[in-house]
Amino acid sequence: MKYISEFRSQEAAGVLTKAIAQAANPQRQYRLMEFCGGHTHAIFRYGVQDLMPENVSFIHGPGCPVCVLPIARIDQAIELAERHGVILCSYADMLRVPGGEGSRPAAALPPSMAVGGADSRPAAALPPSVAVAGGRRSLLKAKAQGADVRMVYSTRDALNIARENPERQVVFFAIGFETTTPPTAIALKQAKAQGLKNFSVFCNHVLTPPAMQAILDAPEPVQIDGFLGPSHVSTIIGSRPYETFVAQYHKPVVIAGFEPLDVMQSTLMLIRQLNDGRCEVENEYSRAVSPEGNLKAQAAVAEVFEMRDSFEWRGLGWLDHSALQIRPEYADFDAERRFSLTASDAQDVKGCECPAILRGAKKPQDCKLFGTVCTPENPMGSCMVSSEGACAAYWSYGRLRGSVAAASEVP
Amino acid sequence: MNKPHLPFSSTLDLKTGFVDMTHGSGGRAMAQLIEALFIRHFDNALLRQGNDQASFEVAAGRMVMSTDGHVISPLFFPGGDIGSLSVHGTVNDVAMSGAKPLYLSAGFILEEGFPLADLERIVISMAAAAAKAGTPIVTGDTKVVERGKGDGVFITTTGVGVVPPGVNISGDRAQPGDAVLVSGSIGDHGVAIMASRENLQFSTQIQSDSAALHGLVAEMVAAAPDIHCLRDPTRGGLATTLNELARQSAVGIKIDEAAIPIKPAVQAACELLGLDPLYVANEGKLVCICAAEHAEQVLAVMRSHPLGKDAAIIGTVIDDPNRFVQMHTAFGGNRIVDWLAGEQLPRIC
Repeated sequence: MKYISEFRSQEAAGVLTKAIAQAANPQRQYRLMEFCGGHTHAIFRYGVQDLMPENVSFIHGPGCPVCVLPIARIDQAIELAERHGVILCSYADMLRVPGGEGSRPAAALPPSMAVGGADSRPAAALPPSVAVAGGRRSLLKAKAQGADVRMVYSTRDALNIARENPERQVVFFAIGFETTTPPTAIALKQAKAQGLKNFSVFCNHVLTPPAMQAILDAPEPVQIDGFLGPSHVSTIIGSRPYETFVAQYHKPVVIAGFEPLDVMQSTLMLIRQLNDGRCEVENEYSRAVSPEGNLKAQAAVAEVFEMRDSFEWRGLGWLDHSALQIRPEYADFDAERRFSLTASDAQDVKGCECPAILRGAKKPQDCKLFGTVCTPENPMGSCMVSSEGACAAYWSYGRLRGSVAAASEVP
Repeated sequence: MNKPHLPFSSTLDLKTGFVDMTHGSGGRAMAQLIEALFIRHFDNALLRQGNDQASFEVAAGRMVMSTDGHVISPLFFPGGDIGSLSVHGTVNDVAMSGAKPLYLSAGFILEEGFPLADLERIVISMAAAAAKAGTPIVTGDTKVVERGKGDGVFITTTGVGVVPPGVNISGDRAQPGDAVLVSGSIGDHGVAIMASRENLQFSTQIQSDSAALHGLVAEMVAAAPDIHCLRDPTRGGLATTLNELARQSAVGIKIDEAAIPIKPAVQAACELLGLDPLYVANEGKLVCICAAEHAEQVLAVMRSHPLGKDAAIIGTVIDDPNRFVQMHTAFGGNRIVDWLAGEQLPRIC
């Protein structure tokens, strides 16, 4: 496969392995946080850690959009599908993320009180949500019980569903970092231009730089020497936004692509910066990332979204100016305004270490639930759901590296 | 020929007509549908007996029986349709015991409103697949469900076959040291299906590999009667089949990524969709596990057959109490090839 296999070449990996081994100073540690789940996935899928010297370690960051969404927001998505009877469109990984306990979040409002209730299918058409045996609810379980939840590949699919179902309310469950924000912006612009009355967006778009800051601002921050910076995010925002971060926190950042050779090359670049005492933003992913980023995409985002005062992140808590909301000019297409949503106070499963794992403070095998009650078949926390989550990556690819019990192999 | 004609008031409108509830009611309309569609196309002496069962003589030996329900969407896809698939699926399940498949039955669940023209197209395709495989459809059943209670058409087929003497193929017979072979490129069927789903707007030349494999199997067992395991890696793909075999045989399996045949277009489509081709379905491939000393011979036989021309030895069975399937990656590392959790879903960024 042209332009892919070149970045997975075993021969080139051998050269980089040697170069990293030579560059790494045995007198010190190199603790590198790979920000994105895409990096985590590549490290495990290709066995990159195996090729590193002992003193070069990867700390898995929070850059998995599914993983950082708090339970309360998942419960609200379930509420949209169940109580408001909308067609809820979502990217696939989101469907399996466990929400709160089986009980309903607070008392359900009668359907008549729902804003836009006249347009939505009466909630009575659905069986009342019951406590699901086995605890946690998810969109997939809601779907099995009759909610209309649909997996889409793009915002375009969601718009098409809205056009094809003019009598139904269609909500796009928008999640993701800066990478997935422009398509949502375009969908909102199109919906407005076409006067689509039955389409809205449940906006959960979050921002990368505040999350990186939050990790270092934590009361007991994890020891991190440098960052493998987001790649696809940076195709949109460019490399420049990290410069203030680097200046403020004195940690080098190398924008790193998602192929295994990208990760290795970026690791070498970070090691060299640390050896030289440099602290810069470097761009390994120069085939896609420019300093200024994608200006058109930025303009579309700026037109449709504005900064949220504060947003809750799983693992990082409430972070100021860390997420986007829909501008008043697009209020008609904001699901949070169109439908009344309950603020749930659902808690993580007791013992689930997803929050600490998302901060890089713990590894998946430090969690008592890992591989025992929490497996990809029956995830307790979000990190076990997405293939970009650290727990799922450890489970699916990492168990060979010992330490983790084989557990039951029965699917 | 004295066909038992019923006095139908009108002919079945196979151009613009639709399935309605009377086609499953047991009355004249149902008899007409069976006569004008199923008997006409599946045409064989056993079916023409007109009984509720087919009665036939069987050779001495070990019989095998297998059943498979088909609910595929879309019903028509590049390289096949639900009709041909429903024949190949069951023929292959029977053949994976080393048996020669003999007869099939077919149960149709039709949704009210389904176009008769589509149904005929499916039945013709099914008849052609059965004729080509030499496995007549000798008995069947038709039911109609109300609109909205089905998805056009579901087809369940059951097959019987007889195992040649001396052949003992079973998923629990893999032993450490055995060789693992695959009969050709993986993932074709799943990618062809996904490409033809309406919400995925990408075009590809990839065709489903849907095919009946009993001819290939017959030549393999003739050359090496002591093949230990055969299985067709359908749902869940190669990774799932290897995990099933490892669990059943209480062994580990180690495969070499670079040795696994895969078409560049399939690889590219999987990259685009965020799928791992190891988990993508096949409908015309088989996995074979045999003693290492027979591997080259079996491979040569496979490669000389049109359905096995891209066959390859992809790994070995190892001793492993954890029953892990692991893979030496083309990048140079090792990883587990785990059971699939849920459906294989595309990554989102």
